Amino acid sequence: MKTILVIGNGMVGYKFCEKLMAKSESDNYKVIVFGEEPRPAYDRVHLSEYFADQNAERLSMAPRSWYEENNIELITNERVTDVHRASKTITTINDKEYIYDYLVLATGSSAFVPPIPGVEKEGVFVYRTIEDLDATMAYVAKIKSQKPDGKAAILGGGLLGLEAGKAIIDMGLETSVVEFAPRLMPRQLDNEASQVLQNKLEALGIDILLNKGTQNIEGDKAITGMKFSENETLPVDMLLVSAGIRPRDELAKTCGLEVGTRGGILVTNNMKTSDDSIYAIGECALLNQMIYGLVAPGYDMAGVAVDNILGDEALMPSAIDMSTKLKLSGIDVASFGDALNEAKESESIVYENKFQGIYKKINVSKDGKKLLGGILVGDASDYNMLHQIFLNGMAIPENPEDLILGARGGEEASFGSALDLPDSAVVCSCEAVTKGQICCSVTEDGNEDLASVVAATKATTGCGGCKPMVTDLVTETLKSMGKVVKDVICDHFQYSRQELYSILKVKKVTSFDEALDACGEGKGCELCQPAVSSILASLYNHTPNKEDVSQDSNDKFLANIQRNGTYSVVPRIAGGEVTPEQLIVLGQIGKKYNLYTKITGGARIDFFGAELNDLPAIWTELIAEGFESGHAYGKSLRTVKSCVGSTWCRYGMDESITFAIELENRYKGLRSPHKIKGGVSGCIRECAEARGKDFGIIAVEGGWNLYVCGNGGATPRHAELLAEQIDNETVVKYLDRFLIYYIETAAPLMRTAAWLDKLEGGIEQLKKVVVEDSLGINAELEAQMDLLVDAYECEWKQVVESDTMKDRFSHFVNSDDRDDNIAFVPMRDQKMPELWK
Amino acid sequence: MDTLQSKYKTVKVDEVKEWFKAAPISAFSVNGGACVKYKDLQIAVFNFERFNNWYACQNLSPAKNEMVLSRGMLGDHKGVPKIACPLLKNTFSLETGENLNGDLEPIAIYPVKIKDGFVYIGTH
Repeated sequence: MKTILVIGNGMVGYKFCEKLMAKSESDNYKVIVFGEEPRPAYDRVHLSEYFADQNAERLSMAPRSWYEENNIELITNERVTDVHRASKTITTINDKEYIYDYLVLATGSSAFVPPIPGVEKEGVFVYRTIEDLDATMAYVAKIKSQKPDGKAAILGGGLLGLEAGKAIIDMGLETSVVEFAPRLMPRQLDNEASQVLQNKLEALGIDILLNKGTQNIEGDKAITGMKFSENETLPVDMLLVSAGIRPRDELAKTCGLEVGTRGGILVTNNMKTSDDSIYAIGECALLNQMIYGLVAPGYDMAGVAVDNILGDEALMPSAIDMSTKLKLSGIDVASFGDALNEAKESESIVYENKFQGIYKKINVSKDGKKLLGGILVGDASDYNMLHQIFLNGMAIPENPEDLILGARGGEEASFGSALDLPDSAVVCSCEAVTKGQICCSVTEDGNEDLASVVAATKATTGCGGCKPMVTDLVTETLKSMGKVVKDVICDHFQYSRQELYSILKVKKVTSFDEALDACGEGKGCELCQPAVSSILASLYNHTPNKEDVSQDSNDKFLANIQRNGTYSVVPRIAGGEVTPEQLIVLGQIGKKYNLYTKITGGARIDFFGAELNDLPAIWTELIAEGFESGHAYGKSLRTVKSCVGSTWCRYGMDESITFAIELENRYKGLRSPHKIKGGVSGCIRECAEARGKDFGIIAVEGGWNLYVCGNGGATPRHAELLAEQIDNETVVKYLDRFLIYYIETAAPLMRTAAWLDKLEGGIEQLKKVVVEDSLGINAELEAQMDLLVDAYECEWKQVVESDTMKDRFSHFVNSDDRDDNIAFVPMRDQKMPELWK
Repeated sequence: MDTLQSKYKTVKVDEVKEWFKAAPISAFSVNGGACVKYKDLQIAVFNFERFNNWYACQNLSPAKNEMVLSRGMLGDHKGVPKIACPLLKNTFSLETGENLNGDLEPIAIYPVKIKDGFVYIGTH
């Protein structure tokens, strides 16, 4: 067995492992990976997302368990310090020694920090690792706590710098981007494109300073400003340097491998260094006298290195595609091929629309036959197609301007369907997946939706830029096979939940049988009955008592079934506010029925171990004492959690508890596609954890900030800001609209976070709908919520006041006996169900 | 050892020795289920009106050994009447007892007849 040591656990180092493991011969190799960072490889391309959610997990390329499952030894937090080529060994910072047969250097790059005097001062950061971001965020918080008008600057107007600029301004500092060149993204954009981008960024509040060389970093201990010339200084409290990268070639240098004059480990196009046993891949490798700072060429290099180690001849292509497309603060920016046309080998066609902030340029060969490159700013919807035409040298229309203007004069567009691409076209360049592979995955392997094609081919899992094209390919291929592409409820209803909602509403359906008659087939099932029941409840606020047989079991018995067939009982305690008298009553009821008792995560009291037969009696007592259903069993509003707010707290900015009670009482009993939780915090300390809820409200200076679409659970998500500094009335108005819009359009059992992910345009689109009324439906949404609020009735009160409804709560239909199969065992002064038999 | 499940054996119509008079029709919800006590057995009975038929099976969930199937939801799987267990949504054919969405052992099925407004369950 041979040993491969991989030095560096970044994206490319990880990709090397992944590509090696995909080969059957990988069993013959022992692989040890060294990473100097504390965590396993993560996605640096999407690093700026970490500013928003601080979720390192989400960026992870693969968990540690993946390495274990593949028998790869992953040693993180351990820098390799020396390579001894003669003995084929390496040593690490902890003086550990390892022997190799093959060594793969995937050491990546470090942020380049220009040698400006004072650059070592406190408050100057780089933008490369999660730790860098943590340090940056901590410093931003410090500045904000010390001064209300803190300022930050980004050194470097490249794509990383601009992403960082947006992230910092979102954190609440005034932000300037300082660029040495006369334009933004100088390697990708021309002056006109840069100007369009600059206008858009300035509209977002980012200050852009071009043609600025920084002479000195001012300040005693910490940075206070950037000096550009004798009479020009920009006062700033912190600086984030994003001025390019430098290959990490120090290991290669000290062991005598050939390196380039300006750095980078020299490799030939089979990724071998000057030592046959040593490969270099990714941003540390100097290929064709170039450092390729993009992930797609890095992944290609990883694949070529794997093939060569396994004995296959594989070479990097002679032309390496450096096209990029990104979304910068919601602004599309793309450039491909020869974007700048510096050698004047082509003629340009330019479209610029200053009203809409759109700039499109294509460079066409002088004979008018080939597309050689282009730039798109403000609208890059044509990028994937143009990029493919360029990559594959496809024929272009007689009037090349049709490529960016569309065919005018009523003719059909001369290009446009992804299916027209040649099978060899690489659609996902990160994972090197061709159009042919994607279509084959549908036609040959029977993958019938995007998710399964993605799982099978890995397309879209890199930068994600090809997702629209892959989606089109899958949909078009399915259509060409005569398949209907649809997300339907089940066999009985060939509609999405949103469609079904509209049909039931328009046809005024009020029962499951009517729904089957109106638009269903067969006899229903455990998927469509709860879905229809939930829609009917959302339309009319019918309680489950109206048609108990079509409810999910929990809704049928108005209680959560537990693992031994007993139920839990949760009365509503709005906002978590409870009087001592109420607590005593609850204690007495719990004691009388011998119920296991616990405080829930939603700040209320949960009784467990109630037998079906006892539920009506327990609720009769609870209702007599003024309690009502807590709907803990329903796909409906659960709780609105709260801190005590300004009522008691010395930091409180507003009465969070009063507001939480008002909201919980407004939305109680509201049936929805999944459960809904809310939270209200009285200040930004956020003790109610409101941003972990479907809706969260936080008191700030001048009103409330409203966040939506968060959750805890298996995939925690922070809620996103919908509106700032609004008053109570506006919060209720926006919430009414948001909740009904979600209820009307989400799929069954889809929580708000997943729904927002699916919503085209995301949070920005949601803002348009809810705040700006872009669809013109807000009056309707509000009216629907008012109708539901007015129609609310406590469903347990209905049961205890009706003799017939109580009948369903007896275990036997022909006997008053109890279920003798239920058994409890003692546990910590209470009881629990016997272990599953 | 005598397991709970071993007490439940499918009864075919032509094997019925005794029809047990369970309860009046009105005691059963339309398109819903209820549990009948018969000696030391618990039998789930369903009035599946959409199929215009009555069905009975063991009340015991074979996955979790709890007495809950009568509280499940009725439905059809490609035209076959089925019951979904409320605990983990395992579904079983009400005609054969077969587990339709997994490979659990089949559940026991009993014949039902309706006479003079009463529901009878066929037993050995």
